[in-house]
Amino acid sequence: MNDMTPIKTTLKDWETDQEVRWCPGCGDYAILKAVQRTLPEIGADPAKTVFVSGIGCSSRFPYYVESYGFHTIHGRAPAFATGIKLANPELDVWLVTGDGDGMSIGGNHTMHILRRNVNTQILLFNNEIYGLTKGQYSPTSREGTHSPTTPLGSVDRPALPCAFALGAGARFIARAYDVSKDLSSVLKAAHAHQGAAFVEIFQNCIVYNKDVFANFTEKATADTGQLWLKDGEPMLFGKGAKGIALDMDTLSLKVVDVVDGDWQAAGVIVHNVKNRAIAHMLVEMPFGPFPMALGVIYDDPRPTYEATVLAQDAQARAGKSANLAKLLAKGQTWTVDA
Amino acid sequence: MVTALAEGPDALTGGTTPAAPEAVVVRFAGDSGDGMQLTGGQFTLSTALAGNDLATFPDFPAEIRAPQGTLFGVSAFQINFGSTEIETAGDAPDVLVAMNPAALKTNVGQLKAGGLIIADTGEFNKRNLEKAKYDQNPLEDGSLEKWQLLAFDISALTLEAVKPFGLGNKEALRCKNMWTLGLALWMFDRDRKPLVDWLNAKFAKAPVLAEANIAALNAGHAYGETAELAGPLKQYHIAPVETAPGLYRTVTGAEAVSLGLVAGAQLAELPMFFGGYPITPASAILHNLAKLKEFGVTTFQAEDEIAAIASAIGASYAGQLGVTSSSGPGIALKGEAMGLAIMTELPLVIVNSQRGGPSTGLPTKTEQSDLYQAVYGRNGDAPMPVIAARSPADAFDCAIEACRIAVEYMTPVMLLTDGYIGNAAEPWKVPDPASYKPFPAKFLEEKNGPDGELLPFARDEKGARPWIKPGTPGLMHRIGGIEKNPGTGNIDYSPASHQTMTDARKAKVDGIAHGIPQQDVALGTEGGKLVVVGWGSTFGPIHQAVRRARAKGLDVSHVHVRHVWPLPTNLGDLLGQYENILVPEMNTGQFKTVLRDQFLLDAKPLNKTSGQPFTIAEIEAAIEGALA
Repeated sequence: MNDMTPIKTTLKDWETDQEVRWCPGCGDYAILKAVQRTLPEIGADPAKTVFVSGIGCSSRFPYYVESYGFHTIHGRAPAFATGIKLANPELDVWLVTGDGDGMSIGGNHTMHILRRNVNTQILLFNNEIYGLTKGQYSPTSREGTHSPTTPLGSVDRPALPCAFALGAGARFIARAYDVSKDLSSVLKAAHAHQGAAFVEIFQNCIVYNKDVFANFTEKATADTGQLWLKDGEPMLFGKGAKGIALDMDTLSLKVVDVVDGDWQAAGVIVHNVKNRAIAHMLVEMPFGPFPMALGVIYDDPRPTYEATVLAQDAQARAGKSANLAKLLAKGQTWTVDA
Repeated sequence: MVTALAEGPDALTGGTTPAAPEAVVVRFAGDSGDGMQLTGGQFTLSTALAGNDLATFPDFPAEIRAPQGTLFGVSAFQINFGSTEIETAGDAPDVLVAMNPAALKTNVGQLKAGGLIIADTGEFNKRNLEKAKYDQNPLEDGSLEKWQLLAFDISALTLEAVKPFGLGNKEALRCKNMWTLGLALWMFDRDRKPLVDWLNAKFAKAPVLAEANIAALNAGHAYGETAELAGPLKQYHIAPVETAPGLYRTVTGAEAVSLGLVAGAQLAELPMFFGGYPITPASAILHNLAKLKEFGVTTFQAEDEIAAIASAIGASYAGQLGVTSSSGPGIALKGEAMGLAIMTELPLVIVNSQRGGPSTGLPTKTEQSDLYQAVYGRNGDAPMPVIAARSPADAFDCAIEACRIAVEYMTPVMLLTDGYIGNAAEPWKVPDPASYKPFPAKFLEEKNGPDGELLPFARDEKGARPWIKPGTPGLMHRIGGIEKNPGTGNIDYSPASHQTMTDARKAKVDGIAHGIPQQDVALGTEGGKLVVVGWGSTFGPIHQAVRRARAKGLDVSHVHVRHVWPLPTNLGDLLGQYENILVPEMNTGQFKTVLRDQFLLDAKPLNKTSGQPFTIAEIEAAIEGALA
């Protein structure tokens, strides 16, 4: 995000006149609404906001947001966004990508925008499938996923986007899901973070990978399946009856029972968004034995890439003039007399 | 090989009152670790300071440090200087400086009959002879009789010269190239002072190295003056070439492109964003521009070739002049992104320093084989203007022209140079920036539709759409690679829309032909028996060959095309006035195909794909053949 004067807008101001063309019931609708609801709340200026995307269902997103938008090519949105931010750091750039776009064809660029820490919000819609190309398995599909390209079930292990992002050096990692009422607060935190903010949003592809996240997003499973992290608060779930503790023998996380709300006695740890080691453990917690870690998992800013580059450029320019005639005549020269 | 320059070596090695040679070609060859490129580069500098027109041609192996003494580790540097207008690095060398047996073996075949070999006997030992696959020492077995031979122990002489400075053996031997350079400077009556200054500056932090190198330089120079070598090493004072008055410097193609891009951005009144990824031989442009921040240049070393162009397109979208640069394989990777720049109609300059292909091919050699890639090499109907520089100095004007077209027509433009242009140096009359007409970029500030709506894909008289910078209040809109409505730019797959937009993109690029100069005849007449048509770095050898042929009375002209796509509007009619058309190219006939396709002309190819530039003689022979 950038320091700019808050602008008064409403959700309606962020809607375009274009017909939204996702499948009816697609999780993308909920994400779009959450973003359009969040933008007025953070005082965003449509003229200074740019949505950049790659290719895939998720990447149609910019067409539906009344701001500047650039629908680029498959996987490369981070590189376009980097050029945009270096050319004009005043622009507030949101990147919309998917598990195929950001983790497969564009994995390299995802790594480098995070490593460089370009000040953008990166929303990776993870539906664990290729939707636009009609249902092939993706790099985040679980082992055994049956798809047109894996009729016998996929055999490769899935990538973990948040673990990848942390490994690439990201300074902000968060997770949410499409219909979550807390998605907006996660987006706000991502926007407040100065630097590359990586948000994995589980998104329900109702056509090719329906309800693949239901075991923690449904009402019946939410309490035991979701661990919502809040900085400075104990890691509790299951209506406070369970918590996450650190097993000191193995230096790994474990689930503990909390009796009568006495989480301290149970050894439940307090979430600290600057604790990178715990963040690594949280994003790798296997779902099933553990709940799904959601919310802001890690948030520890460092100087942004574009600010550092521009400061260095300014230093290099200090005291020098852009005299082209002088530059052309530089070096050892000689004169031919008339 | 019969050439007009053949008097050179005879004069050089002849009697007491030789006729001054028209031009002299000297080739320095040694191990890639011997610093041959440095020697050649410095000799170039001193020659330029002496006022001789010159051209250079580096020829080095792809391996940074190939195994010492081997045939494939030979690095060479050729310089052609003389008192006529020089346009190529020359044909066969008159003088070959061979620092070891491998250098001799790989280069002597090109030396003119009667030419001079200077060889370092210190390196002609059993081990090195074996590595170079010599059964016996060629310096002693009479196999070099065809040439003049000067063989002495440069290694020992260098060691002796630098002895007072207490260097280790290895370090002391590194001064060999300076010793050789000193000898060459003496041979061609060159001033040592610029080199002494340069060495003092280069080794400012290690004065003893500066002194040792200067001592070696002086020793080589002094050696040339010794009586016993006076015969073959006759001194020649080569008269300075007559050039237009003004300030001159030497410039390589990579430097000229960099400077031209800076000038182009200034003329467009835009900051420049350069996204690049290291690749031979294009990296030099990124290196140069990284040092020019005060000219509003931002350079970005991207994670790959695709990110390099993508970031440049992103910067153009945000209102800067986006530029990217690469060589063949990297250009191939950028193809999809070029299509996006064509589709979204954003300005972009893509510099392609061509090398030999396909795939990795010949990374350090030269070729012109990316013409198809430049003109046709994208998916869909994706027209893009292409400009080709003919020489290092010409690359400056071409870079400006590429910037102009990109900004005025809202289109990506490809600028073609090649390994030869990029690395070669030539004297350059320093241009006055004020003599170039500015082409300031305009950004849309308010809605442009007839009913007060925003039409990001409305077109001006050139067919260009408006450039709309994000951040401009009230002009929010979306662009992308999907086919769009001809006015609003909204997604529109309809048959009529794709037809209209395809036609509009083609018409816009075709229309550039009306905004470029008419094709001229570089040498000769409009119409005649034969025209030799070239593009890019073949200018020098074609021009010289045509000049020689015309001097013999042959009816031949030279046409050299800068605007490879779209072609000048008069080119077809102009070429139609000749009975025969010959198209020499360092590829298998790509521009020939374009000419045949565009004008239904019977253009005949002359092709070379050895990684080396054409020699004058090769083209001259083809001219004679065509007119026989």
